[in-house]
Amino acid sequence: MSASTFGSGIRRREDPRLITGSATYTDDINLHGTLHAAMLRSPYAHARIAGIDTSQASQAPGVVAVYTAADTEGELAPAPCAWLLPNSELKIADFHCLAKETVRYVGDIVAVVVAESQYQACDALDLIEVDYEPLDTVVEPKQAAATNAPQLHAGIEGNQAFHWTVTGGGDIGEAFEKADVVVSETIVQQRLIPNAMEPRAALASYKPATGELTLWSTTQNPHIVRFLCSLVTNVPEDRLRVIAPEVGGGFGSKIAVYPADFITVFCSKRLGVPVKWVESRTENYQATTHGRDHIQEIELAATADGKITGIRATVWAGMGAYLSTAAPGIPTILHGLMLSGVYDIPAIHEDVYGIYTNTTPVEAYRGAGRPEATFMLERLVDLLAAKIGADPAEIRRRNFIPKFDDGHDVVTGLTYDSGDYAGALGKLLDEAGYAQLRADQAAARENGRYIGLGLSTYVEICGLGPSQVAGAIGFQGGLWESAILRFHPSGKVHVMIGASPHGQGEETTFAQIVAGELGVSPDDVKVIHGDTDNTPMGWGTYGSRTTAVGGAALALAARKIREKAKIIAAHLLEAAVEDMDYEDGKFFVKGSPDSSKTIQDIALMANVAWNMPEGVEAGLEATSFYDPPNFVFPYGAHLAVVEIDPETGHVELKRYVAVDDCGPQINPVIVEGQVHGGIVQGIGQALWEEAVYDEGGQLLTGSMLDYAIPRADRLPDIEVHSTVTPSPHHPLGVKGIGEAGTIASTAAVYNAVIDALQPLGVEGVRMPLTPERVWRSIQDVQERN
Amino acid sequence: MYAPEFQYYRAASVAEAAELLSKNPDAKILAGGHSLIPVLKLRLAAPSALIDIGRIEVLRGIECSSGTIRIGALTTHAELAASAELRARAQALAEAAGMIGDPAVRNRGTIGGNVAHADPASDLPQVLSCLGAEFLITGPQGERRLGASEFFEGLMSTALGEDEILTAIELPEAGAGEGSAYAKFAHPASRYAVIGAAAKVAANNGTCTAASVVLGGLCPAPVRAEAVERALVGRSLTDEAIGSASRATAESLDDDEVLGDVYASAGYRKAVAPVWVRRAVTAAASRSG
Repeated sequence: MSASTFGSGIRRREDPRLITGSATYTDDINLHGTLHAAMLRSPYAHARIAGIDTSQASQAPGVVAVYTAADTEGELAPAPCAWLLPNSELKIADFHCLAKETVRYVGDIVAVVVAESQYQACDALDLIEVDYEPLDTVVEPKQAAATNAPQLHAGIEGNQAFHWTVTGGGDIGEAFEKADVVVSETIVQQRLIPNAMEPRAALASYKPATGELTLWSTTQNPHIVRFLCSLVTNVPEDRLRVIAPEVGGGFGSKIAVYPADFITVFCSKRLGVPVKWVESRTENYQATTHGRDHIQEIELAATADGKITGIRATVWAGMGAYLSTAAPGIPTILHGLMLSGVYDIPAIHEDVYGIYTNTTPVEAYRGAGRPEATFMLERLVDLLAAKIGADPAEIRRRNFIPKFDDGHDVVTGLTYDSGDYAGALGKLLDEAGYAQLRADQAAARENGRYIGLGLSTYVEICGLGPSQVAGAIGFQGGLWESAILRFHPSGKVHVMIGASPHGQGEETTFAQIVAGELGVSPDDVKVIHGDTDNTPMGWGTYGSRTTAVGGAALALAARKIREKAKIIAAHLLEAAVEDMDYEDGKFFVKGSPDSSKTIQDIALMANVAWNMPEGVEAGLEATSFYDPPNFVFPYGAHLAVVEIDPETGHVELKRYVAVDDCGPQINPVIVEGQVHGGIVQGIGQALWEEAVYDEGGQLLTGSMLDYAIPRADRLPDIEVHSTVTPSPHHPLGVKGIGEAGTIASTAAVYNAVIDALQPLGVEGVRMPLTPERVWRSIQDVQERN
Repeated sequence: MYAPEFQYYRAASVAEAAELLSKNPDAKILAGGHSLIPVLKLRLAAPSALIDIGRIEVLRGIECSSGTIRIGALTTHAELAASAELRARAQALAEAAGMIGDPAVRNRGTIGGNVAHADPASDLPQVLSCLGAEFLITGPQGERRLGASEFFEGLMSTALGEDEILTAIELPEAGAGEGSAYAKFAHPASRYAVIGAAAKVAANNGTCTAASVVLGGLCPAPVRAEAVERALVGRSLTDEAIGSASRATAESLDDDEVLGDVYASAGYRKAVAPVWVRRAVTAAASRSG
């Protein structure tokens, strides 16, 4: 590999178009004759539809059509759930694209208006008369699971979508019976709104003459959209082309294929013209998927000297009114299987109840299940440290899985690839100056100041994943990736990949992988993605898998190219293939590097094919499919330092120090950017963000005026460090890094706040840690004493 | 969201704007648009017409003469925050303007639009009330001038008639021995004031001779903290004295009036308001020397 390309912090090639406003998003695409769709969404969280009168709206200026569920009968199947969690009594309620008879959350679509302009479509929405008969609502998952709770779906008793368990290792009951120390806590992992910068949008263009339909979609996974859309709308997959143009972030909320997408396709098919739908931010908050929403009752058993002997948990996971595309796997596979974390834990048991509530459906949100697992563990470990009077760093060291470089089994059934958790923590404590910080904290307490230090040591599962495992866990797709690498006559390269990066920077890192493998300049490599008609099949960008899986497919394609190029070079140099050597883009006979053929020379020859070795095909192109043998498991250790104003409850985040290990870094600047963004989203959960519903199912934090997204001026400079532990099973040794920051940071900040409040006797505060909540927790303790 | 349909007029003068307003009784005046446009997009209001006064140059700018500061209604928050005159002679106003929203909001939002909207979570109403501002209004009956306590009537409600236009705001310059300051508890999402405390203090040899303390964010309209003012006047402006006086804040807050929301309850706001009063008075006192 060339040191100047692979591993170099070159600038992201995506950025010039993004920061100058010249990128083309779905809403920027204008086809001649496009009509505009607007969705009428239910203002009630739960109601029976007694009648819909669209007659006035149909006659409004510019209106071409108004459709309700009755119009789509037989032409639109329900929006599918595609993660069929086995052994969980999974009950999937029909998620009708247009609500039939009943609406179940504020945002459920009741009708669609198609008009000549967006304004006309919106005006006509006000003219549709819907006769709603309101029903009782329930928004909180544990309440929804209780007897006597309002029932959302006929035949789904107790609103229970699934009950999933993980049991591993020794007898959990015995672990708790024999424990010297037990700590427990109830945690509310509040519901979050992903807030991608670009709202969702769809543009569907059906050509009646050919029966072909093109769908431009703000998606993280265009090939999955094509697959599911063909099933729901009856457009055959070969006639359906899905294009994800520039996509302005997703954070998981653009994995799902939504009713509005299918409705837009239906409208274009029915009307034979292009139809565009672009959601407003209000709709984005109401109807684009949310994340988290767990009630967690957790407990930990340990010996007197702080060795963990068991973890037991019950989780009520709010799923929203329907199961979104990948939703069942998030609070289960991606959560429960990670309950050993970085620790050696001999017995683990968790029950997860997936519960329907009268709220927006929940999906993956950056970290997706792993932040909720890490938070549980990191709280329990801190509680254990407090209980036995040990330093939180020390209690972690006592329980870490020892360093390993080629596989370690945990009792939940996973095999971690490689890790040195104590090494990461050690580096963190050194970089942060932990001992000094503890001394400063003690001195500050003497002066009546409340400073807290919070640790979070994590491991996460990503690079999803082996397809055989996908099948075993009910994921209705594969999880491999593919890449086509093609040399043009001039030596320039096209890479076509199935994954669909949308801001993460893989157009740059993929070019660096090719450069590293074949000695070309990254500038000579164009990376093409997002269009199902000119890219090979791929399963999409989520689960920190694009570089880990797609990048591996690309590296393997490049290695195939190298093998073919070596044969051509041997022929041109009149040498035996086995006598050939390769270095940094040049092929030469061993010992004679001065007489060489460059990869560009060979690309030209392979393309003109004037003088090819016998039996070797023309062209210099390779396709590779990479199905990973295992997941990858990045890890790290984070520290937050906060100060609390006890008079008002304000939390000031003073320092944030991170050590992350994602193996060899293809581009350290991009890694640092991913770590920054991830950490900030996790801090947002700890301090600011929450989707709040009232009892009637109205979203009270329905806009950016009320829902607090992290802002740069509330954050310290994030101090980023790393260690490098390659994955033993990966062609490049790399692990994912897109979600790691989010997985670690919520717990670090939370632990820091509780540490700061410790002298005041505060034990727990519900997230987000708003000034009022922190202040009240202090007041409550003072009132009790 | 998408605003409902409206007629758009661009007025070239205050007289023309007033005439358009009288002809379109359902119309709204558009200045920076940072309060009005979101309301339209959420379809919370559907005025028949917008009368854009944004290009009437005489409504823009800050002038100081004979101890009075005159601020045109179209002066932006950014201009207020950057004004050397205000920073010297009405510190609290420049300070508060610099805390509104973010740079994009401050570059478009105007002082006139802000006070005419009278959002209780806004910053400028309490500052202007504190500094003794007067509001210059033009209407069919000619010009009139109102003090802050007359101008601000309640939740998003002012004494401005439907056919009247706010043209300028006047306030006295800080004299010798006077200082003012603004302390704000900003909402993390909107950056509106959960609590906004404006204080103006006059001091002579460290002793308070006059005090004006007004709170926003808490009640439908700005609230004068009279008990705090009384407790300050005649006292030496020590940290202890300011702290003690600030604790009287609650006396001016009627429990039925204090606002609460999902982020900060009324009880909490009332309980911690003295902290922001203390911060504002302390900063004002430090500038009064």
